[in-house]
Amino acid sequence: MAANIQAKEKIPVWRDERYLSAATQIISSIVVLGLLYWMAENFTEITQQRGISLSYKFLSEPAGFPISESTIPYDPTMSFGRAFLVGLVNTLNVSVIGIIFATVLGFIIGLARLSSNWLFNRLAVAYIEFHRNIPLLVLLFLWYFAVFNRLPSVKDSIVLPGPIYLNLRGLYLTWPRLTETGNIFLGLLIGGLVLAILAWNILIRIRERTGRETYYVPIAFGLLIIFPLIGWFAAGGNPIWLDVPVLEGFNYKNGMRLTPEFGAILVGLTTYTAAFIAEVIRGGIQAVQLGQTEAARAVGLRKTHVLRLIVIPQAMRIIIPPLISQYLNLTKNSSLALAIGYQDLFAIGKVTINQAGRAVPVFIMVMVTYLMLSLITSFILNIYNRRIQFVER
Amino acid sequence: MSQDNESIIVARDVHKWYGKFHALKGINMDVKKREVVVIFGPSGSGKSTFIRTINRLEVHQRGQIVVDGIELSHDVRNIEQVRMETGMVFQQFNLFPHLTVMQNIVLAPVWVRKWPQEKAEEIANELLERVGIPEQAEKFPGQLSGGQQQRVAIARALAMQPKIMLFDEPTSALDPEMIKEVLDVMVDLAKSGMTMLVVTHEMGFARAVADRMFFFDQGQIVESGAPEEIFQDPKEERTKLFLSQILSQ
Ligand SMILES: Nc1ncnc2c1ncn2[C@@H]1O[C@H](COP(=O)(O)OP(=O)(O)OP(=O)(O)O)[C@@H](O)[C@H]1O
Ligand SMILES: [Mg+2]
Repeated sequence: MAANIQAKEKIPVWRDERYLSAATQIISSIVVLGLLYWMAENFTEITQQRGISLSYKFLSEPAGFPISESTIPYDPTMSFGRAFLVGLVNTLNVSVIGIIFATVLGFIIGLARLSSNWLFNRLAVAYIEFHRNIPLLVLLFLWYFAVFNRLPSVKDSIVLPGPIYLNLRGLYLTWPRLTETGNIFLGLLIGGLVLAILAWNILIRIRERTGRETYYVPIAFGLLIIFPLIGWFAAGGNPIWLDVPVLEGFNYKNGMRLTPEFGAILVGLTTYTAAFIAEVIRGGIQAVQLGQTEAARAVGLRKTHVLRLIVIPQAMRIIIPPLISQYLNLTKNSSLALAIGYQDLFAIGKVTINQAGRAVPVFIMVMVTYLMLSLITSFILNIYNRRIQFVER
Repeated sequence: MSQDNESIIVARDVHKWYGKFHALKGINMDVKKREVVVIFGPSGSGKSTFIRTINRLEVHQRGQIVVDGIELSHDVRNIEQVRMETGMVFQQFNLFPHLTVMQNIVLAPVWVRKWPQEKAEEIANELLERVGIPEQAEKFPGQLSGGQQQRVAIARALAMQPKIMLFDEPTSALDPEMIKEVLDVMVDLAKSGMTMLVVTHEMGFARAVADRMFFFDQGQIVESGAPEEIFQDPKEERTKLFLSQILSQ
């Protein structure tokens, strides 16, 4: 027996897993690098032959075209680079707000889809099927031309509490703005928020480690209230003023204006993506084993607690990866804004191509920007995803 | 207050259908306080279905079930009360994998009984001691052996301080060497005076602590009696046959 173990057979290289995997790595690396080199070679050759400039100097030249909608200050005398930035901010606006709304809406619809209530269930199914089976571009046109372009004229504006005015020219919101001393308040507000989150996390951890009550709830909420309160008094009691829209002549002035284009792309993207998110949520929740719900019910937890404490936390680890891809889809789909005239990254990129005549560099810029947005989104969510995974047997 | 000889579980002519399939065909059972009842019988005979009607994980369609004076009906408050009085242990443990052992145990006391965290943790520690795994509180279920997981599941059920414990084949998913550690805990529990309803084929356990045994077949109780009667002098042919099968293993 012992002899058998000692007489260790020498493994031939073609059967040695270490050698095999190393060989696979090397060969695939060579192929990929070769392919990349060949493509780069071709690309530079063609651009040189056709006299296409890859220079980005044009970015500092004046853009010369107006942009109908911008969060950051812009006028046509500013550079192409600035115009591009305006587009990027517009894309971010619609993507970030859209992702938040789509998540909330998708969650509600996903839960309704699982509900044993017949009406909720059927409504959710109808919603999901409607949005999944109609192309996004068609839905966007529907929202833009059939809804946002059919709103009443300025003098017949719909007035909502706030006041908020809704008309053909867009949505005019009463908006809180900072006064001169407002920065003190804002600083302390953010400081308080950061401290509260820190205190919350640290105190929970201490509690978990020592098992002693650390009063993290009152402490965190205390910080959250006390800091802005100090800020409020330090700012002399009026850090914020309300910017109310007023009717002047044929239009509303002041306040916060959201254009019909923004409204249409935001609502279109949100409602469309929510349908897919609802399905993701449903899948995640259904994947949690029935035994989990039963055990939770058996110890006496209410349905809402079972969902919140047992099902959703476990569903999250299944939901997050497909949810990331829905977020990326929403961001990328925002480029359809071009079709209804919202001034997003891609729309401004296209104007830039016409104005500056630099198709290749602009396209590279646009693509790289979308790529970066996607990478950042997945990076952040993957950190979260790693935190919520648990040991499985 | 109630006496010891009073019935804490009363099932009268309980019927249950899954669609057209008649899974329980008129079950009658009275369980007294501090009694340990063992239910056994072939696969598919309705043992799980019956024990799960006691805390309404399954809904019976005909008959009456009264637990600690509370009738199980469509009244949500009654269901909640009954679930607070009954703990359940499952074949597959069903621990919450995203929570630590400690969190698994204190969850219901904190959310349902509204105890302060500290009190709940104190009791949890006592229970972990009692089931023999005091040092595992901060681990996740996935890091424990099957036997340890099942003992945590027992501690989790006991944390609500139930009057009745329901066990549905608690050792069937365990390796032989772990069965004993779980059975030991259950024997202790029985000796402490807990009212227990146990679906099991561990006949050693039944012989040691059961007050009465019920033999289920095809959705009916075929025979019941004290362990001595069942083991030494079973009346029904089906009981004899089944016992000889499982005891010969
Ligand atoms: N959800 C269900 N839907 C339809 N039929 C079911 C359902 N649950 C159980 N049954 C059926 O009811 C019968 C009784 O099932 P039950 O699980 O109570 O049996 P059991 O005695 O616990 O068996 P085992 O020893 O295999 O656990 C079986 O024939 C089973 O197929
Ligand atoms: Mg069963």
